[in-house]
Amino acid sequence: MSGSEKCACEPSEVLFFPCSGGSNCGQIAHHAAVDLAKAGRGKLFCLAGIGGHVKGLIESAKAAKVLVAIDGCPALCAKKTLEHAELPPQIHLVVTELGIEKKSGYLDFSPEELAICRDRLEQLLDERVELTK
Amino acid sequence: MKKVQVLGPGCPKCQQVAANVTEAAKAAGVQVEVEKVSKPMDIAKYGVMFTPGLAVEGEVVCAGRIPGVEEIKGWLEAEPAKERK
Repeated sequence: MSGSEKCACEPSEVLFFPCSGGSNCGQIAHHAAVDLAKAGRGKLFCLAGIGGHVKGLIESAKAAKVLVAIDGCPALCAKKTLEHAELPPQIHLVVTELGIEKKSGYLDFSPEELAICRDRLEQLLDERVELTK
Repeated sequence: MKKVQVLGPGCPKCQQVAANVTEAAKAAGVQVEVEKVSKPMDIAKYGVMFTPGLAVEGEVVCAGRIPGVEEIKGWLEAEPAKERK
């Protein structure tokens, strides 16, 4: 192992699984997860790999302490995909439950809508941290 | 002869996994060939995001932790999966 290689031996405690679906709400879910991952609140993970039953990804996800499913709409694809792989999420958020209307095939959203989702996720993460103290 | 892959860049945790594999193989009476997969792109082919990881005959059995000797022994004694998942 050279000094320049980053060791992946410390699994992220928090993994984000946005549905990243084909609507404004799916994209809000995705971008909120990206923002929080960039802010160091956790790691963006591959929901498609879980759905594809890629064993290495499933085993990697098991190493995390908090799985966060972020669904755009009540179809709950992210949550159901995780549950199908026997990885029930500890935190689950549905963007449409935040008062944001789903527009299928419409991928744009406002900064305010993204902030609503991101703030709620941060709140849920903070509550989780408080619970585990 | 079972082929076992230890997935990780080669830090002490990876070395501990390899040592546990050797001990488990001895306890199970199973001959193993341990392959160390250390290049990030090669590890990525297994879908492992957190190391150390361990695969038996190419099938990932754990990732992001050091499995114990007894746990590894169980994997070595298990019948191989019919198809790679």
